[in-house]
Amino acid sequence: MFNILLCGVGGQGTVLASKMLANCAVNRGETAHTAETIGMAQRGGSVVSHVRIGSDAFSPLIPKGCADTVIAFEPAECVRVLPYLKNGGRILVNTLPVKPTTDTLAKTSYDAQQMLAFLKEQGVDYRPVDGAAIIRALGGAKSLNVALLGAASAMGMVPCSLDEMETVIRTAMKPQFCEQNLKALRLGAALIAE
Amino acid sequence: MKKMLMGNEAMALGALRAGVRVAAGYPGTPSTEVLETIAKEKSRGNTDAYVEWSVNEKSALEVAAGASYAGARTLVTMKQVGLNVASDPLMSLAYVGVKGGMVVLVADDPGPISSQTEQDTRTFAAFSKLPVFDPASPEEAYLMMADAYELSEKYQTPVLFRPTTRICHATASIELLAPLPVKEPEGFVKDSRWVIFPKLSYQSHLKIEERNRNLRAELSGYRFNTQSGSGQKGIAVSGVSGQYIREALQILDVKQEYKLLNVATPHPFPEQTALAFLAGLDEVLVYEELDPVIEQELQRLCGVHRLPVEILGKGRGFTPAAGENSTENALAVLRRFFDLPADEAKTPDAPPLPVRPPTLCAGCPHRASFYAVKRAMKGRKAVFAGDIGCYTLGNAMPLDMTDTCLCMGAGITVAQGIKRVEPDTVCFSFTGDSTFFHTGLAGIANAVYNGAKIVSVILDNSTTAMTGQQPNPSTGFAATGEPAAKISIERVVEALGVPHIAVVDPFDSEAAELAVKEAADCDGVSCIIFRAPCIAVSRPKPRVRVNADKCTGCKRCVREIGCPAIIKGENGKVAIDASLCYGCGLCLNLCRFDALEGGEI
Repeated sequence: MFNILLCGVGGQGTVLASKMLANCAVNRGETAHTAETIGMAQRGGSVVSHVRIGSDAFSPLIPKGCADTVIAFEPAECVRVLPYLKNGGRILVNTLPVKPTTDTLAKTSYDAQQMLAFLKEQGVDYRPVDGAAIIRALGGAKSLNVALLGAASAMGMVPCSLDEMETVIRTAMKPQFCEQNLKALRLGAALIAE
Repeated sequence: MKKMLMGNEAMALGALRAGVRVAAGYPGTPSTEVLETIAKEKSRGNTDAYVEWSVNEKSALEVAAGASYAGARTLVTMKQVGLNVASDPLMSLAYVGVKGGMVVLVADDPGPISSQTEQDTRTFAAFSKLPVFDPASPEEAYLMMADAYELSEKYQTPVLFRPTTRICHATASIELLAPLPVKEPEGFVKDSRWVIFPKLSYQSHLKIEERNRNLRAELSGYRFNTQSGSGQKGIAVSGVSGQYIREALQILDVKQEYKLLNVATPHPFPEQTALAFLAGLDEVLVYEELDPVIEQELQRLCGVHRLPVEILGKGRGFTPAAGENSTENALAVLRRFFDLPADEAKTPDAPPLPVRPPTLCAGCPHRASFYAVKRAMKGRKAVFAGDIGCYTLGNAMPLDMTDTCLCMGAGITVAQGIKRVEPDTVCFSFTGDSTFFHTGLAGIANAVYNGAKIVSVILDNSTTAMTGQQPNPSTGFAATGEPAAKISIERVVEALGVPHIAVVDPFDSEAAELAVKEAADCDGVSCIIFRAPCIAVSRPKPRVRVNADKCTGCKRCVREIGCPAIIKGENGKVAIDASLCYGCGLCLNLCRFDALEGGEI
């Protein structure tokens, strides 16, 4: 069994990313399950996607303390889901924060650096990724999700190779979105190689 | 080859596999994607089935009832509160029965995650005396759908099918099976059985009770009603709760003996399976969500058969009375049940995390509409009766424009009731376009007929937005995306006798504010239709920019409208999140220092 938890804020594309990971597993004949946040919480709320690969997973949701890998699209959301990470689990986190609307009105500000420092203190295998640089290189935030998957794959954090992901992009996505996403995938992987 | 399918897709394909000819529903989380999948399959030419988004759940169920009378297999989809709307035809249809198999898929939402209530459709099944299927996973739901149609046709009764959110929105790799042989619909055959009369109802009632008694035995042999294991302790589960228990048992690696009962048809209850399970047990843990349905059935059986078995569940406070179950909770409950040491693991104290309440999107026309009403009513006594949809989010600060929210269509009528007690208050209702056609029409007629003086604001964003942009009668499109009749909201309210009607673009701030002031001073019902499309069905306009030289950091723009695209910038000034700004321009007139530039206006 391999459990991957993706977390972020509604609109960041965790759902598509979880589908891609599950499809990689299914394409090589494995059993996969995912579970998503859908509905009211999608409007700017915290969202999580659970990906479970293997036939011995019963619950659609990863139990706390059982995630092999957390792919966090946002620093505070990473801290929020930390109880799901298992001992010896690994974290990939986009360092670019998404400030909540309430933050602009609040007196105290949400500080992403504080979140990242907390993650570091936990002594877990933790890899920050410069999401701002990805967005600059891609000319927008649309394919950030795929770039993060590219990085996770290059790090060996998910049981899905870059070739498998490329196949999923080519078969599951409309041709007009393929090139952009393949570019994002390679960019994410290259960031790790640097 | 297996395919990744969401539970809702699996159930739709399961129904198509069983030869569904007519599918109707009303969108509602977590059920929406079932009918959407059938509509997609239709657009792709993979099915000849007729599919429609009906105006409400009652209409959907009645359309399907007619088709089933004519011998076609039918599917009706809705969320749990939708069944309240459809309960009138359903209760009677339970007596009348059907010819073509009919599955009424009602998605429950423990939590609740996206609903007004935590009602349990299994309880509704017992109330309406109908069989109900309760799948534990998307894989099971796919297979079970064919069983539901078979049972429905065998007993000529509608059958309920009750997934929960974690089945609907879970995705699993599923092997698709060949379509089942289904006979052609015979057509409608005139018969007195289709006309409900008191005498017929009495006779039907007798037959239903007998049928359900027989089904308690018959369903005991059903492949998904299972009991296994040995020992003096038993665990009884239903739906996704069983998966949490199985996961928790695996994690705990329980060495003690136990029996496990899985109930896939909570009504009629599989009595023989349950009795075989109860035999020799000292105590039973019942793990289920929402109502204690399995728990009370087991208690009843223990009473009837004088079995000295202790039943531990919701009634004894052993399991949670409300909310969703989880593997974590199942672990805690099982530790107590098996006298295992409690988990000592502690999670480190995290820094305070940002709260992320759901908000109206940047560029959402509802924000402009609410803000226009708020400005127009400044200093006046006013109440804002909201309704169900994205615009319920108008309750959030800083807009704070939703004082009540009850159920679909209730805003219009609740406003009338408040007005009867507080005549000096301006009473507004806010209703979306889809909600207006769902159950809003009757409220408008009621106001006109009874001379209620309210302002009915209709937020027409040309889509059913909250559930993911489904078409409705005001959009001019059908479920399949094909053109359909477009019903004019203004002509409808005019025909209902509303004397004062204004159609306004909410982003035209001056006109919008003026329209509200005029409507508030009208005698009788007045109606404002704020018309501007949802950002999900329109294109973005040039983004707003902040002129940092002019911005003084007063944050008036933030305090007034709470747009998520206006964020904290450097040196205490505001900035625009370019990935969110839709260029609606609502913020442009707010700045007293002209620091906001560009955008539409």
